[in-house]
Amino acid sequence: MAEIKKIYAEDGREIVLKADHLCIQFGGLKAVDNVNLEIKKGELYGLIGPNGAGKTTVFNLLTGVYKPTLGRFYLCGEDLTGKAPAEMNKKGIARTFQNIRLFNNLTVIENVMVGLANQIPCNLVQSVLRLPRHRKSEKEYYERALELLKVFKLDEYKDYLAANLPYGKQRKLEIARAMATNPKLLLLDEPAAGMNPNETQELMDVISFIRKEFDITILLIEHDMRLVGGICEKLTVLNFGTELAVGETSEVLNNPEVIKAYIGE
Amino acid sequence: MEFLTTFVNGLSLGGIYAMIALGYTMVYGIAKMLNFAHGDIIMVGGYTVHTVLPFLAILLSGVYNPTVAIISSIIAIIAAMVFCMMLGIVVEKVAYKPLRGASPLAVLITAIGVSYLLQSLAQMIFGSAPKHVNIKALDFGILKIGGLAIGYNTIITLVCSILVMIALSLFVKFSKTGRAMVAVSEDKGAAQLMGINVNRIIMITFAIGSALAALASVFFLLKAPTMTPTFGSLPGIKAFTAAVIGGIGSIPGAMIGGILLGVIECFAQAVPAISPYTDAIEFSILIILLLVKPSGLLGKMRREKV
Repeated sequence: MAEIKKIYAEDGREIVLKADHLCIQFGGLKAVDNVNLEIKKGELYGLIGPNGAGKTTVFNLLTGVYKPTLGRFYLCGEDLTGKAPAEMNKKGIARTFQNIRLFNNLTVIENVMVGLANQIPCNLVQSVLRLPRHRKSEKEYYERALELLKVFKLDEYKDYLAANLPYGKQRKLEIARAMATNPKLLLLDEPAAGMNPNETQELMDVISFIRKEFDITILLIEHDMRLVGGICEKLTVLNFGTELAVGETSEVLNNPEVIKAYIGE
Repeated sequence: MEFLTTFVNGLSLGGIYAMIALGYTMVYGIAKMLNFAHGDIIMVGGYTVHTVLPFLAILLSGVYNPTVAIISSIIAIIAAMVFCMMLGIVVEKVAYKPLRGASPLAVLITAIGVSYLLQSLAQMIFGSAPKHVNIKALDFGILKIGGLAIGYNTIITLVCSILVMIALSLFVKFSKTGRAMVAVSEDKGAAQLMGINVNRIIMITFAIGSALAALASVFFLLKAPTMTPTFGSLPGIKAFTAAVIGGIGSIPGAMIGGILLGVIECFAQAVPAISPYTDAIEFSILIILLLVKPSGLLGKMRREKV
């Protein structure tokens, strides 16, 4: 067991995610090159950049889908570099996907129950023999999942197959499923992609709400500048896999370099 | 009357095929591989019963009576299920797990290799001559109602296979592991990122499939008490056919496919003019069905997005 040493920022707040010099190379292509992140507890941090800048690759590094070629990262001081995806999730990193990846053959509530799997103890023997412990834990899964769905105002759809939900609600369900794994850090990959302005507004409300309700730290990839400007506190801008700018949201969005990368000269 | 007898026999045989088909379809759904060694697990189950039964008879020779005989037969069946379960897990760990992420063709050829390995091992240990494996204690004779004559074993087989299918469906629908299985079969990557240990789920799938194969072998032995090292091949292929007819990857599909195939087989055998062609008829149905509905009866069409 590696030593866990909590890291604190200068202002005394705990740093939940610290990434040092993350690099990954696919053949000759440096998809992510020397990216550093420092996200404080409770912060809503944005990761933006033009298409192909390596944003989702950073998420894939942080969730163990890829192993970094170089660099390390720490969750609440614990070195998680190179761990397998399931292990990352157990340690407290959960995510949503750019293209929604719900379990379409399961109902809405079952999707959340899958997320809860590691939260309530019940072993295989107990469920095969359908012992009382199994029934009790199943009930607990169901109730906790229902509670979460209520938070996301999805409880009235609980018995729908996930595939049959409207698009905006599928996005919300993905967040609910990720929240069910009780993460310390939530990674949202373009949560507003394909949403209309009303749905985007609703999503922003949901994000603000879960921040308060669950005391969670969020790292978010987004293209919708209104959403980024509206809720993110700090930003990192990526371009061609490298950091273009880091800092407070308003500052970064007015940075001429950033405007150039996004809109051109 | 003869029609009804044949139908019940068909349902019973179909129940056995369904149990084996479940192993194929679950492994395909979850590990995305065709485990062609699955049929040989049936054979291993048969030989386990063959080995354990006489041993128990010696052990219990002092207190031997019909009840003890039934109990020892059941112990032998459970022993076969446990042994096959462990064998399934070992085969998965040793032969398939290192190939995770390899091309499907490599995994397929490995499965065929495992199949021959198991057959050769059985031949080395038990010889190639047919072995008589008579579970005498479980032979309860024939039930006669009016003109209807059905073996009690046929009914037991049918009831057991239905119970197994219900239990499995409940397990998949109403347990943490079952939901995780559905999740893994649908999106392995997303399931991992939700904290599901995919290797563990695959292991459990192999264990369940192999235990069902062992149970199926017992029911085959009740029908015809002979065991050879290649015993599992034909039922294995037929159950695989059943799984494909039902839509591979679909659990209810495997059940329907298995029962359909069993009923067709029994009816084909009952008509003297076509009975020599029974196997040909069964496989032709597969070919015709795949021409009409390539995804099988309950299989999902995967539409490629353009």
